Amino acid sequence: MRCQELVELVSDYFDGALEEPQRARFEAHLAVCPGCVTYLEQMRTAMRPVHDVQALEHRPEVVVLLEAFRDWRSAQPHAC
Amino acid sequence: MSDSTLASERLAVEASDPDAELLARVRGGDEQAFLTLVERYGPVMLRLAMTYVRSRAVAEEVVQDTWIGILRSLPRFEGRSSLRTWMLRILANRARTRAVKEARCVPFSALAAEGDDEPGVAAERFQGPDGQYPGGWTAFPTDWDTLPEQRLLARETLEHVDAAIRGLPARQQEVIVLRDLEGWSAEEVCEALELTQANQRVLLHRARSRVRQSLEHYLEPA
Repeated sequence: MRCQELVELVSDYFDGALEEPQRARFEAHLAVCPGCVTYLEQMRTAMRPVHDVQALEHRPEVVVLLEAFRDWRSAQPHAC
Repeated sequence: MSDSTLASERLAVEASDPDAELLARVRGGDEQAFLTLVERYGPVMLRLAMTYVRSRAVAEEVVQDTWIGILRSLPRFEGRSSLRTWMLRILANRARTRAVKEARCVPFSALAAEGDDEPGVAAERFQGPDGQYPGGWTAFPTDWDTLPEQRLLARETLEHVDAAIRGLPARQQEVIVLRDLEGWSAEEVCEALELTQANQRVLLHRARSRVRQSLEHYLEPA
């Protein structure tokens, strides 16, 4: 396997979606290629969850929803 | 006989649903449970809606409508999928309809193919057929562990990753947000976004590759 092929398979590799013998060839290449090992580490860093700063700070206006929920509840046959 | 089989299948799905307990409380009319649901999924809904309509105000309307729609359909929810994939599907349908109506967006059919043919790493980073190792790196990528730790963890770096994700084509953005930010499984994402496994994999691969590339440009300015 060449480096140029390996970089197209990293995401699938992380997801356990590579099938044999491709997975074995992928790992055999990693064993001898420090450049691709570094690439894998970079991908891991890029995939690390980041906080969605804006979305977390955004408090949805819930008053309307709460009213909708109360309407819904009172229309339910079994809810108290 | 077949009824009891169906019922036990439904129970099995509900037991694996991370929101099973919350769902039961919402169905029982528990206001706090409903608000928890809104807090838990409101942000990701808004984010996904924005991949379709681009304007935050319209996206907020779509999310609001979606919650009302969810309440309306809840009595018919049978638990064949998890609650969150079901809710996200309702959101995606509404957002698509709205996007078409607003005509602010590229038609949905055109989005599916966006960026599908571009490589994960630019071709010039690899040696050509005449190189010593054709298809091998011309220069190895930089080991980011050699960068100061605080640079990788800095708020600006995280914001850069966030901005890179927001800059992705809509479908790639949806998939990477659900998989890598929200931690959903591939199966759940396929179901919520009505994608095949193969499409989900391609979109995720493109998205992750682009985010890495963008982070590389940020961390290692030429």
